[in-house]
Amino acid sequence: MTDVAETGFAIHPMDQFVVSRWFCHDDAGTVINECTADIQWYEITNVTVWIGLTVLAIIALMVFGSRGRAIIPSRVQSVVELIYGFIYKMVEDVTGHDGVKYFPYVMTLFLFILFANLLGLLPMSFTSTSHVAVTVTLALLVFLGVTILGLIRNGIGFLGMFWVSSAPLALRPVLAIIEVISYFVRPVSHSIRLAGNLMAGHAVMKVFAGFASMAVISPVAIGAVTAIYGLELLVAVVQAYVFTILTCVYLKDAVGGAHH
Amino acid sequence: MATEAHEAAAAATHAVGMPQLDISTWANQIFWLLVALVVIYFVLSRVALPRIGAVLAERSGTITNDLAAAEELKQKAVAAEKAYNDALAKARAEAAKIVAQAKAEIQADLDIATAKADAEIAAKAAQSEARIGEIRAGALESVTEVAKDTALELVSVLGGQVDAETVSAAVAARLKG
Repeated sequence: MTDVAETGFAIHPMDQFVVSRWFCHDDAGTVINECTADIQWYEITNVTVWIGLTVLAIIALMVFGSRGRAIIPSRVQSVVELIYGFIYKMVEDVTGHDGVKYFPYVMTLFLFILFANLLGLLPMSFTSTSHVAVTVTLALLVFLGVTILGLIRNGIGFLGMFWVSSAPLALRPVLAIIEVISYFVRPVSHSIRLAGNLMAGHAVMKVFAGFASMAVISPVAIGAVTAIYGLELLVAVVQAYVFTILTCVYLKDAVGGAHH
Repeated sequence: MATEAHEAAAAATHAVGMPQLDISTWANQIFWLLVALVVIYFVLSRVALPRIGAVLAERSGTITNDLAAAEELKQKAVAAEKAYNDALAKARAEAAKIVAQAKAEIQADLDIATAKADAEIAAKAAQSEARIGEIRAGALESVTEVAKDTALELVSVLGGQVDAETVSAAVAARLKG
């Protein structure tokens, strides 16, 4: 827009997050008129493409990687087994033996977030997990799932987890209010943490990339981009891990009964 | 509706504000996310996870079996070693016995041979002694003969006239001392 003319920098850190139709530009790159309408839920957008690539990458790794079923695993198969063992152990350790039957769902969340984060680090890509809509949906699925599961398994006793029986009687109503609030804040923190981390990191990377257009500071800027890229790689994996382990912790409330 | 932001984004593909808060795109994102989650869930729970779980179980089973087999083989090896040592000790004892027996036999043979050799030697010695006595006797006789002949020859050279019988009697008398 006007940034280039005014400052000499072409920094548009938020452009990478724009959701747009995949089939909307003609060969010259100009926007076709009918594409200016709101995007409908069924349309193919860059979100669709990158989520699709995420799914394909997961299938490629988990299905084709384990195709050999070898007793002595190939390299890819040992990566697959490592991920499997890591998440399985996490679910078993955190939620207990009863939680193991929800392992496929936890695995789904972990793999989706991990691969969406990692694919989002490719240049020119789109990071679906940097979008609040996506992470809120993921977090709400966990929140609603855990709440419904807890009510089904423990009945009204599930609400007992808000009543801190180990505290003095006078404090219990206050603690109950705090517990209820913290319970309902869970999906918010759960989702914003993931989206915020990814969005911030990617935006910072874009800002530094913009500075690289100026010859004097470009070495510093490129060095900074490289360093932040490494950091973002770490963040991508750590955030997937954090989301998953929090899912397990919340799941424990539902399957482990009210132990407070 | 965030039509402003959206239109701006669509027109120039430059974001105004945070595209994350453009609610008009949420339905699209959520729809495709749910599709993706369902696909991943079914692929994982129907294909990938059971397969990997089976492989891991099979591997741990194989390892357990192999360890058990190894333990069994180790015990077999220990037993085999014990049997080998027993056999070795038995063979040694047997060999010692055979050696002792052989020694005793050889000793007996040796004793018999020695006794036989001693007897032979004694016989030979006696025979030799007899022969030596004979030779000695023969020698004395020869000396008498030679003395008689020599005496007779000496007497005849010196000019005496004697017959053989006188000389021989004189020599015999002389020899007797």
